Amino acid sequence: MPRRIVLGIRGVGHRVIESVWRLGRASRFFMLTLLKSGISLRRFNLIIREIYFTGVLSLIIIVVSGLFVGMVLGLQGYETLQKYGSESAVGTLVALSLVRELGPVVAALLFASRAGSAITAEIGLMKATEQLAAMEMMAVDPIARVVAPRFWAGVISMPFLAAMFSAVGIFGGYLVTVVLIGVDEGSFWSQMQNAVDFRYDIVNGVIKTCVFGVAVTAIAVFEGYDAPPTAEGVSGATTRTVVTSSLAILGLDFVLTAFMFRGMS
Amino acid sequence: MQRTTMDLWVGLFVTAGIGALLVLALKVGNMGTYSAAQSYTLMGNFENIGGLKPRAPVKSAGVVVGRVVDIQFNSETFDAIVTMSIDSRYQFPKDTFASILTSGLLGEQYIGLAAGGDEVMLKSGDKIMKTNSAMVLEEMIGRFLFNKASESNGDKN
Repeated sequence: MPRRIVLGIRGVGHRVIESVWRLGRASRFFMLTLLKSGISLRRFNLIIREIYFTGVLSLIIIVVSGLFVGMVLGLQGYETLQKYGSESAVGTLVALSLVRELGPVVAALLFASRAGSAITAEIGLMKATEQLAAMEMMAVDPIARVVAPRFWAGVISMPFLAAMFSAVGIFGGYLVTVVLIGVDEGSFWSQMQNAVDFRYDIVNGVIKTCVFGVAVTAIAVFEGYDAPPTAEGVSGATTRTVVTSSLAILGLDFVLTAFMFRGMS
Repeated sequence: MQRTTMDLWVGLFVTAGIGALLVLALKVGNMGTYSAAQSYTLMGNFENIGGLKPRAPVKSAGVVVGRVVDIQFNSETFDAIVTMSIDSRYQFPKDTFASILTSGLLGEQYIGLAAGGDEVMLKSGDKIMKTNSAMVLEEMIGRFLFNKASESNGDKN
């Protein structure tokens, strides 16, 4: 029995040390990607190609979910606000919750599961089929040629995707509350414009999406590059990408929100 | 460099993204009401600002003419110095009355400017002399109770 306990404690210690090790490797890999991205930024068509795959192809899921999230927010907000006779504030509710929180967070979660997992699977499979090793043989740096363009494409697309998510969501809220239910259109927009501040709400939302974009794509490329070169290893890495980046998004969101809206009214 | 359809799609994507940001800034946010035009600053000493906050609107006749920029405590006169930035299109006479008002029962607090009749206009950096503090509910209730008590005392005598 004591032997089992010792083994258990040893297992915990092993996992902790292993994860610290991995974190260090991930940080070194991240720095390496940043250092070598100069080459890929000069060959911008590589990045454009990756923006097509990560950004443009994620557009449909982002727009459709944004529309539905906005419509649900409008409905729920109307249900609650009309009890207090202030249903014209529904525009404020939809806009503030989308621009501050839901737009960046939900868009980043969708982006992690739509594009992040694809990046990991692609790089992991390239490693498993020894394409990365072949590149090194030909003196082509795989980090500069494969990893950095995907990283920058993700970082560039993320703010645009989140902005579209918020804009479409607000349109969805408008559709449900003004067009279907019949809230006054003028007060819908004017109350929204009074409450949403450019500097504090919109710029902060954009800063959040930039941070999420860096986090999600950094996790995705690292998991792909670090994946064991087997079919099982690639599938595990894909799962880890989605799980880790979702947790990272939610944790970072709390930290950023605490910083941004602390001193505010 | 060869042009591909992929470039077109990425271009459209980036354009749509910037368009969405612009919509958020202009239609949803208050960027449209942030006048890039010149503004001038006015100050006012208030005995009690209640719940007034920086960025609160300054209204005259219900029209937003500026915003509160800064609120500080004056440790010499023990009152609050409120700095307002007013759109240069609007000029106010020297004897303008500034009071802290509340929009609706639970609404935000704002500064209301009531123009006086003076011929001389306020210049940038000037101080509004006539101010009216925010209403504090506790003080009002206290005064009301005090009046009631003194009334009933008067009845007895």
